[in-house]
Amino acid sequence: MRSLFERLAANLRGDRPAALATCIDGTGAGAKLLVDDDGTDGDLGSPGLNHAVQAEARALLDLGETAIRTFGADGEPVGVEVKVFIESFAPKPNMYVFGAIDFSRAMAKIGKYLGYRVTVVDARPIFATKRRIPDADEVVVAWPDEFLREAPVNARTVLVVLTHDVKFDVPLLQVALQTEAGYIGAMGSRRTHANRIAALREAGIGDGDLARISAPIGLDIGARTPEETAISIAAEIVALRSGRAGGRLREGTAPVHGSERSIAQPAPLQEVTL
Amino acid sequence: MMDVLDTIERWRGERQRIALATVVGVERSAPRDPGAVLAVNERGEVAGSVSGGCVEGAVYEEAQDAIATGRPRLVTYGISDAEAAEHGLTCGGTIHVFVERLDW
Repeated sequence: MRSLFERLAANLRGDRPAALATCIDGTGAGAKLLVDDDGTDGDLGSPGLNHAVQAEARALLDLGETAIRTFGADGEPVGVEVKVFIESFAPKPNMYVFGAIDFSRAMAKIGKYLGYRVTVVDARPIFATKRRIPDADEVVVAWPDEFLREAPVNARTVLVVLTHDVKFDVPLLQVALQTEAGYIGAMGSRRTHANRIAALREAGIGDGDLARISAPIGLDIGARTPEETAISIAAEIVALRSGRAGGRLREGTAPVHGSERSIAQPAPLQEVTL
Repeated sequence: MMDVLDTIERWRGERQRIALATVVGVERSAPRDPGAVLAVNERGEVAGSVSGGCVEGAVYEEAQDAIATGRPRLVTYGISDAEAAEHGLTCGGTIHVFVERLDW
């Protein structure tokens, strides 16, 4: 029979969601329950506890969160007898990069490095090739806005718009702003972005939505090359995800690693309000 | 877990007994998030990490003991700990680490 570890490993390798619950205190310490798409395996010591932890694990898994929860001995939600560590193994979040340019090649590379599943989208078949962007998990020939209309997007999804051409950007950003994507970055100069903003306003997009767009894209590190620019964008993504401004640590006084983070990486992105 | 999966599977293939130390909680400033794993086998080989290297030595001892006895334990390291001078996190945070033999 397949062990709990082997079942967990198979889920991890297949990029399928799974949660592992472990009693970490008391006489039942070490008892486990694995929760995945096929059901559950293991035993925490009582049917009531298994039932309660399973429900909690599925809720945490949907959010991609990892946490300690306490229950009564038979799973009572108000109890404190049993302390359970529930770890979510959520599939990689998606990074969609629009525009198959030199910057996209560098962006795909650093996106992979950060743990994203990277898809590069461009309408031009000559440019949208795996050969030009070898690090992308997928290179798709499609109109960006049409692609995004169909693509799965959640709060952990990152959208990097590198097309910097108003005629592509505006319809794409309109679709992007209808999603719950955690990061919407758009490349282009301040003038390009002013033109985009004007066109989006004309299309009826309000200030609240427009404020979700990170543009000009990236942190101000003086990036010039595709690699430097990709680092600047990646740093902005990480900073927004952890609710940081993105300055130099030596200029600040807050703790380096933030406060009581209980969310496994890559963490869900926070709602961006600029 | 993903970063140590290959190593753990190789050790299991070699019939090595293994202990896992998993960060289950962090308070204030800590370098690794919950879910970070340090794996140790009975030959004393190590994979992964639970901190920036500050408490790995102490966790390693707990892991060796867990391999020998099979007894799981929850250990806490941090500035508030009496052992802070010896095993504390220099970053000022506290981490809770669950150490168990991989019997599952």
